[in-house]
Amino acid sequence: MKKLLLATAASALMVGAASAEDVKIGILIGFTGPIESLTGHMANAAEEAMNEVNASGKALNGWNFVSDRGDSTCGDSAAAVSAAERLVTADGVKGIMGADCSGATGAVLQNVARPNGMVMISPSATSPALSTAEDDGLFFRTAPSDAREGEVMADVLMEHGVKSIALTYTNNDYGKGLAEAIASSFTAKGGVVTINASHEDGKADYSAEVASLAAAGGDLLVVAGYLDQGGKGIIQASLDSGAFSKFGLPGGMVGDSLPAAIGPALNGSYGQVAQSDSAGAAALIEMGKNNTPAWDGTSPYSMESYDAAALIMLAMQAANSTDPKVYKDKVMEVANAPGEKIGPGELGKAMELIAAGKDIDYEGGSAVELIGPGESAGRYREFEIKDGKYETVKFR
Amino acid sequence: MDILNALVAFLNYVFVPGLAYGSQLALGALGLTLVFGILRFSNFAHGDTMAFGTMWVILITWWFQSMGITAGPLPTALLALPFGIAITAAFVLATDRAVYKFYRDKKAASIILVIVSTGVMFITNGLTRIIIGPQEQNFADGARFVISAQGFKDATGLSEALVIKSTTAITVITAAICVAVLFWFLNKTRTGKSMRAFSDNEDLALLSGINPERVVMVTWIIASALAVIAGTLYGLDKSFRPFIYFQLLLPIAASAVVGGLGNPLGAIAGGFIIAFSEVFVTYAWKKVVGYLVVLDLEPTTLLQLLSTDYKFAVSFTILIIVLLFRPTGIFKGK
Repeated sequence: MKKLLLATAASALMVGAASAEDVKIGILIGFTGPIESLTGHMANAAEEAMNEVNASGKALNGWNFVSDRGDSTCGDSAAAVSAAERLVTADGVKGIMGADCSGATGAVLQNVARPNGMVMISPSATSPALSTAEDDGLFFRTAPSDAREGEVMADVLMEHGVKSIALTYTNNDYGKGLAEAIASSFTAKGGVVTINASHEDGKADYSAEVASLAAAGGDLLVVAGYLDQGGKGIIQASLDSGAFSKFGLPGGMVGDSLPAAIGPALNGSYGQVAQSDSAGAAALIEMGKNNTPAWDGTSPYSMESYDAAALIMLAMQAANSTDPKVYKDKVMEVANAPGEKIGPGELGKAMELIAAGKDIDYEGGSAVELIGPGESAGRYREFEIKDGKYETVKFR
Repeated sequence: MDILNALVAFLNYVFVPGLAYGSQLALGALGLTLVFGILRFSNFAHGDTMAFGTMWVILITWWFQSMGITAGPLPTALLALPFGIAITAAFVLATDRAVYKFYRDKKAASIILVIVSTGVMFITNGLTRIIIGPQEQNFADGARFVISAQGFKDATGLSEALVIKSTTAITVITAAICVAVLFWFLNKTRTGKSMRAFSDNEDLALLSGINPERVVMVTWIIASALAVIAGTLYGLDKSFRPFIYFQLLLPIAASAVVGGLGNPLGAIAGGFIIAFSEVFVTYAWKKVVGYLVVLDLEPTTLLQLLSTDYKFAVSFTILIIVLLFRPTGIFKGK
């Protein structure tokens, strides 16, 4: 907020002067809503990338990158669109790191980004539907599509010897897409999905939903929901009624608040989350710890947020322009081979290399490799909950 | 055939949740129906009075916890309950003095009072959100289970488990006590009798020297006590979020209308009718039926009439059917 006020004050002072100095980048994620416990880390990560570039002083034309936060609420697409509208039209951001949840991201892409020609790089929208959405080349994501997560989850379940699953998903684009991906991959590998039912977020009581899931049965319950919302409610109600004792947890259910709320009964549940084991990841986790304000690199999508913000700035540098319509063509170029590999903490060096006309291949914390329509190929961390901690089993 | 397992599954997933939910609805509907019987309007603010009262119970619970005061195996919230009721009753009486009295003195039509109560509802709702925030709050403590799933399975050797949460047990017991005390009060005490007289025939009651302001005051105090108890039990058993309580008004109003507005006995019956209908219609019967039939006849579908997303539609439908065929409710209300 302070930063925002300063930025507003600064731009107010410079009215009339050629203020090509400050380049605002919107951070449009759900500071309130079902993933609010993750977004603090995500925003701090993105802002650290900006501070890093600013501190290096290597940006062309004396650009100084300024963060401008907007609340997408994750769940409420209309609120996300109006927040994005404010960022683009009132604040004049030159790129958006966001949005976060798939439904909000799709809405912002169609209603704000495309009409205004604004580049969006989402760190966390994972719906398979976004791969085929019309985007005029403006939309990228440093998170992989859930179609991939569905395959990984099916593998994880198979390796645990699970034959049948009950599946419940949060009733939105993210939940539905992921549930379909898991169900189709798991069935293709010979598993049985006994029920594939939705649940609504924000209810007081999930005993009726759990009763249906329990009636269908299954070796374990896969909860494709949100950890601060219905997902937690479903798990709590399942444990209370003795319906299920083990749970399969996809990316949206990963965060320290879940074991804290449920307690030791969650031990033994397992799942996977989009996260990389690259050398860059370890370095970025360290950087997050030492940053002020500190952020947790192991919190889902925080590294992706750092990478998304970095990609926007690198593409601007490569295009020598902050115009989204110009630099959008450079995003894939800086993210992929050929070129010198760039890890986290090397943004200054990358800016310098680009200015000198050299190619770079941005790796960052999440081993960024953009495929297809501009989405991450995806590495996943398989985990099992032990003593209330998400213990890494392996990366796949 | 496995009758025992079928029975246990039925009790665990249908009967026990229905009983707890029904008790919570019945307590809410009792408050609503009392206000209707004596003040002669449907109080739309009742759901938010529940939220407001529960909020104070939560705040006082946290204060107690911070001082290290707990109720042992029982939730601390039960200790905080009397204080929550006192604050809420004071708030509701102040509202009555500031808002409803004005319209009552003008002998305004009951539809105007309904609209006025809608205004009070929005203000109460806003206050609750400002003070405690719109997000979920958990304030349950003490022992979690009376009978846990594993404990039941170990003790009986059945493959199905019957779980009784301590909050469920507390809900049902508290509701029974409240109903008994309320009926004793209405039938045996002087004030209770004067309330019933006032409800049956206002003019006659006034002629016989009953003080109307006193009756109104007692009604509000009892209604807020019932609202806070219902809200706290619901919050303990499920979870507290102001918006949920706002939504809870629909099944509560449906319970009161189905039973017959103004009739306390009807409110209790209505609460259980609505609660059990919601659970019956949205439960997937596959498991229970599967235990009852011989193996090769086991159902392949879930045997679920409606998806759980349609829970609220059930109370609406019952409300409409009752209003169409028996507008005064099952127990002949007003």
